[in-house]
Amino acid sequence: MKKEDLPQDPGALDKFTREVCYVKNDEGKYETALSKGWDVKKQALDSAWEEVNERVEDARKAVANGEKSPVYYFMELRLMDLPVLSGYTGIFPFFIKRHFKPSVFKGLSERKLEKYAKAFDITVDELKNFKG
Amino acid sequence: MNIDSQTDEFHHVQTAHCENGVTTALLRYHGLDFMTEPLAFGMGSGLFYIQIPFLTVNNGPAISFRTMPGAIFKRTCKSLGVEVTRKKFSNPVAAQAFLDQKVKEGVPVGCQVGVFHLTYFPKEYRFHFNAHNLIVFGEEDGRYQISDPVMEDVTSLSKEELSRVRFAQGPLAPKGHIYYPEKIKPITDDMIRKGIVSGIRRNVRDMLSIPGNFAGVNGIRHTSNHVRKWRDKLGLRKASLYLGQIVRMQEEIGTGGGGFRFLYGAFLEEAAGYLQDDRVSNISEDFTKAGDMWRASAIKMAGVYKGRLTEQKDFEEIADMMLDIRMVEKEAFQKLSNLKLGK
Repeated sequence: MKKEDLPQDPGALDKFTREVCYVKNDEGKYETALSKGWDVKKQALDSAWEEVNERVEDARKAVANGEKSPVYYFMELRLMDLPVLSGYTGIFPFFIKRHFKPSVFKGLSERKLEKYAKAFDITVDELKNFKG
Repeated sequence: MNIDSQTDEFHHVQTAHCENGVTTALLRYHGLDFMTEPLAFGMGSGLFYIQIPFLTVNNGPAISFRTMPGAIFKRTCKSLGVEVTRKKFSNPVAAQAFLDQKVKEGVPVGCQVGVFHLTYFPKEYRFHFNAHNLIVFGEEDGRYQISDPVMEDVTSLSKEELSRVRFAQGPLAPKGHIYYPEKIKPITDDMIRKGIVSGIRRNVRDMLSIPGNFAGVNGIRHTSNHVRKWRDKLGLRKASLYLGQIVRMQEEIGTGGGGFRFLYGAFLEEAAGYLQDDRVSNISEDFTKAGDMWRASAIKMAGVYKGRLTEQKDFEEIADMMLDIRMVEKEAFQKLSNLKLGK
């Protein structure tokens, strides 16, 4: 990539930092240059977020319809999957999957609820009372 | 100006890739002024390609354009005879106590962190990615002074904030991982040359002769074969998200552009200077070409996830582009191999 071809498309990094890229200067030698971003990768990031938002919305509906428990919704909201949530709570994925069921969720001990709430950065009440 | 106190001071280095940056800044702090990001990357045999089978990351394929986390620092230090201390902890309190001790001694240290809770990162970039690296180089007003190599300037984190990211959970959980160079002997140009040669040879081996079909140059063909099937197998929507994931792994902040290929080209250019060997700088051009081809494929992929390209033939074209890239990289590494450097 030539230095003059380095894209400068502002994106999510705009207020954070510019990024170092390796480009060719006029003499054909490598040097570093700072880029504000590139639309091609910005759109990849945007579409990844669209997907996340859609998953969260689906999870919210599933809770509202009584198909899933709040644990499922907050897992999606915090961009987690089973291995990550298992890491933060210390609860095995097999059991987490069970806790997605509203009927099982209702009977969860205070201690388990606290573990989930802590992992999701919310209070136990917020977790228990989330209705979708 | 007092020269003595200047050498004691830590200098922030902004780099494309975080681990290169930590390696470069820490080694420079310890007096290895010749260290640059491309050199750290090349000596550490940083270039790679792998699509890890059966694993998905953020609901997409697990693809990486560089070697495994931690390897660059480890290999670069080792090839220069630099002794390294590294520690992991099960207890956050012990991890913080150890860090505080180092800060008190005035020793800058590298820390592995997760980015999900990294407060100064933009929200859009905060996924559960646990192999980010930063340097803690001091303490001011009860906050750690942080040098994050991907940033233009230094920043800071509270003790709670840093402890939280050092104990992020999930795949590649950092477990408070802390590392720093310990003993450094004087380095001769000959040692640098040897480090460069062994770095290149290891990279040739990794890319050309790694067993299995999903890593090295053959890994690119592996992904290419997948891309052909994605549209029918996953549906257009999911297939385009998968392509988006490739582009992010390849072009996002931390790669230097073109899936680290430009960075490797810069390394070979620098290596040619040390080795006094024009053949090496000619091969550098091949990696520039590979990087440009990766960028061209990213533009094509963007056409798909923007919804402009929807046909199977578009996926076939992307897959064919990847096969071409594989050939360019394969030939480049074969040329490097045929140089018989160090023999």
